Amino acid sequence: MTRIEVTVDGVRYSDEVEPRLLLVHYLRDRLGKVGTPIGCDTSNCGACTVHLDGVSVKSCSVLAVQADGHDVTTIEGLSTGGELHPMQQAFRDNHALQCGFCTPGMVMAALDLLRDNPSPTDEEIRDGLEGNLCRCTGYQNIVRAVRAAAQAQAGRAAEPMPAQTAMEATR
Amino acid sequence: MSEEIDAGSAAAQLAEHGAPDGALEVGRPRRRKEDARLLTGSTRWTDNITLPGLLHMAILRSPIAHARISRVDVGPALQRPGVIAAFSGADLSAELGTLPCAWPVTADIVQPDHHPMAVDEVRHVGEAVAVVVARDRYAAADALEAVVVEYDPLPPVLDMEEALKNEVLVHSDKGTNKTFLWPLDGGDYDAARARADVVVTRRYIQQRLIPNAMEPRAVVVEPIAAAGEYTVYSATQIPHILRLMLALVTGIPEQKVRVVAPDVGGGFGSKLNVYAEEVIALVVARRLGRPVKWTESRSEGYQATIHGRDQIQDIEIAATRDGTILGLSVDLKVDMGAYLQLVTPGIPILGAFMFNAIYKMEAYRFRCTGVFTTKTPTDAYRGAGRPEATYAIERIVTELAHELGMDPMELRRKNWIRHEEFPYTTIAGLTYDSGNYEAATEKAMRLFGYDQLRAEQAQRRRAGDPVQLGLGISTYTEMCGLAPSRVLGSLSYGAGGWEGASIRMLPSGKVEVVTGTSPHGQGHETAWSQIAADALGVPFDDVSVIHGDTQSAPQGMDTYGSRSLTVGGIAVHLAAGKVIEKARRVAAHLLEAAERDVEFAAGAFSVKGSPEARKTIQEVALATFAAHDLPAGMEPTINAEAVLDPENFSFPHGTHLCAVEVDTETGHTKIRSYVAVDDIGRVVNPLIVEGQVHGGVAQGIAQALYEEAVYDPDGNLVTGTMVDYLVPAAPDLPDFVTDRTETPATSNPLGVKGVGEAGTIASTPAVVNAVVDAVRHLGVNDIRMPCTPERVWRAIHERGSGGGDRAPEGTVGYGGAQTATTAGGAE
Repeated sequence: MTRIEVTVDGVRYSDEVEPRLLLVHYLRDRLGKVGTPIGCDTSNCGACTVHLDGVSVKSCSVLAVQADGHDVTTIEGLSTGGELHPMQQAFRDNHALQCGFCTPGMVMAALDLLRDNPSPTDEEIRDGLEGNLCRCTGYQNIVRAVRAAAQAQAGRAAEPMPAQTAMEATR
Repeated sequence: MSEEIDAGSAAAQLAEHGAPDGALEVGRPRRRKEDARLLTGSTRWTDNITLPGLLHMAILRSPIAHARISRVDVGPALQRPGVIAAFSGADLSAELGTLPCAWPVTADIVQPDHHPMAVDEVRHVGEAVAVVVARDRYAAADALEAVVVEYDPLPPVLDMEEALKNEVLVHSDKGTNKTFLWPLDGGDYDAARARADVVVTRRYIQQRLIPNAMEPRAVVVEPIAAAGEYTVYSATQIPHILRLMLALVTGIPEQKVRVVAPDVGGGFGSKLNVYAEEVIALVVARRLGRPVKWTESRSEGYQATIHGRDQIQDIEIAATRDGTILGLSVDLKVDMGAYLQLVTPGIPILGAFMFNAIYKMEAYRFRCTGVFTTKTPTDAYRGAGRPEATYAIERIVTELAHELGMDPMELRRKNWIRHEEFPYTTIAGLTYDSGNYEAATEKAMRLFGYDQLRAEQAQRRRAGDPVQLGLGISTYTEMCGLAPSRVLGSLSYGAGGWEGASIRMLPSGKVEVVTGTSPHGQGHETAWSQIAADALGVPFDDVSVIHGDTQSAPQGMDTYGSRSLTVGGIAVHLAAGKVIEKARRVAAHLLEAAERDVEFAAGAFSVKGSPEARKTIQEVALATFAAHDLPAGMEPTINAEAVLDPENFSFPHGTHLCAVEVDTETGHTKIRSYVAVDDIGRVVNPLIVEGQVHGGVAQGIAQALYEEAVYDPDGNLVTGTMVDYLVPAAPDLPDFVTDRTETPATSNPLGVKGVGEAGTIASTPAVVNAVVDAVRHLGVNDIRMPCTPERVWRAIHERGSGGGDRAPEGTVGYGGAQTATTAGGAE
């Protein structure tokens, strides 16, 4: 057994774990963070994607001991105060989920994609999500959702702009 | 281009226009109620469930396709840390019974015993041999390696035509590998063939597929040992059917079994079954008196969850020189795998009525032979028999057009049922209630730019472009909305096809809809709310939908076969109508008016001629709850239920067009554009419909280009993990252009038809027709699915030899050589 200290969705945990314990099993079985599901055993499907220090990882391919001293964010840590995170909202608005099993991983992967590339083309979105499989949607609405989230993010970043734009327009 | 004309972008439309107040809910692109929990990880997947004292079960599976079991010793596993119990098949056989097949399609069908755990013989790789129960999932998995099993290998039999020689028997006590022969005849095919100018004969192969619902299967059993009661949580599409079957198989009285389908992450038919693990977990929980959980790993599921398709299709079409189809003959061989699962034999029979598709003809001959092999059993996979049929007919009609020198759409137009001919009884005996193939086709051709693409194709041919353009057509129909009970009875199915719904009017005026359907991604909570809101005149947000638990939703036939809306959704509508009739009586009493003078509109009852005297449905609900002043003799409730047995199937149809670019130097296929115009009747929620079409088309494309379950000659599944089986990811698929025409069904009051399987049924032949069209000028008239770059390349470079039909070296496959065209009259 090895002692680890991990912060998950803002809460700090200290636990004894077997060195072989997968991060996803630590999250699900030890912490009850079952919002992150397991869809395969070969790290193909991406359903278990979480953020480790802000970067997406497949939590089936990370050992719990590797998360020692690090910060994990799961789908359960995204929305605050009952408000959906803008990426979650974009998925909802664009009907980018059906059964919803791939959704936690897809949302976490999409956030990392926009972190790398804030204004991706559709092709870049498709390539960026290649490690996350969905069997229900055919991906088209997921691409729409990520595009919409990127546009919303750009809009928020430029929020002081409207006044300026208005001034320019009156000149 | 797709941005401009993507009329299906319902989300964008709603964002811009919204819907006017008071407008009907049915037809609105409502955001889904389900999404709030699915998006935030507040989900209740079966594997999330944990209970006090929960034990974890792991299953040891056969690594050999066919063998006698000479010894199983679970003793060493019991010594492993954390292990509570371990059992062999023999240990539990008296309690496990045999798994049910509910669809014995013929009276003389061969139905072997199907032990949930093998007792003395294994018949496919992955068959359960022993179980270990431990305190956590790692301990259970670890201890499997300590179980000792000795096998005496028997020869496998993997090829259906080999199996039919009966030299190696899958079930030696049965004396044959032939499961059944099921015939259907309409008209005199031999006579039609004799009059034909052209007869085209083909062999098409429906490769074996793995369904791949994203949520692996899982089951949790919670026993109340003292009472002999059991709650079974399962990732299933069919909680109601499962409850009955678990009771029948284990002998536990049905009223003591409760089945819950919590949030279920997709099914596509693969969770339409009664599985060994569900029975084993129940029996083990009963033995131990403690809750037990089993969750499959993905690779385990590839061997232990049903596969789909797997047919050899010998098909022949006879026509006159002017392109009039006279008759069709179909001879199927269908791989059952090693055992019959819940509806294994019935799957190709659902297809039997669909090979003739939208075409008029005077004769049809259908023969279907079921075959046992030493492979994982097959069963329903999205479309279930109808994608196979649609593929064969849409491929061979295209080939016939080529033989006749006609445009493939012209040939279809000449033979399809015209819109003014509905209702139309087909040569297979079904009556299609409505349809308009002309309208859907006209719209699809316009969106696709068919003529321009043909011109570009000709230009590329002339230029000798190494990247050639191909256009593929699929003008499909399907039968869905399973199903009229008497029809199912006539086909020897073990149950009916009705669906139940009940509506509870709560005292506060809010509404609970209880449905017998069991959604696993379809959005019934949203769509049924829309239907109930319209029928009751209540706000959409005031409706909750209860489903997936035999205790709270006691009457149901569950979700499969695109049946939920046309049967279950209509049942909701009918139950709401009964609520209104009861409420009208209460309202008339309160308004001191005759019942016949009381009208209901927009959620309120009023007296004809004096609209100021009114009672809302909510007021009536509260008055009924109080029950202080009800009509004499009236029960104090306006709740109501309906059980609908549909009068007919529904028949969605549409036209799908696909353009591909095939690199003749590498064999690589790229989908350049895909247009789907579907006619699914009236639409309840266009967002949901569009999503179903996208996902359906994606799965059909996956069969055409990417997916195949491959066995080696020893019977090992070599596509045994997600690494080896190509489930398409986002870069593998294009954007789809979707649109609709709307010809209401006449068989139900909302005019709906169902949409769950349409995309999958339609798309596979559209894509393969396009790939073949791209290289036809190089002498290719068929390419075996999936049309991988290797197969396309071989088809081009080994033309005439059927090179594209070859299985890769060292794998089991079927040749495509039996292909011929007889011109100038039949012999």
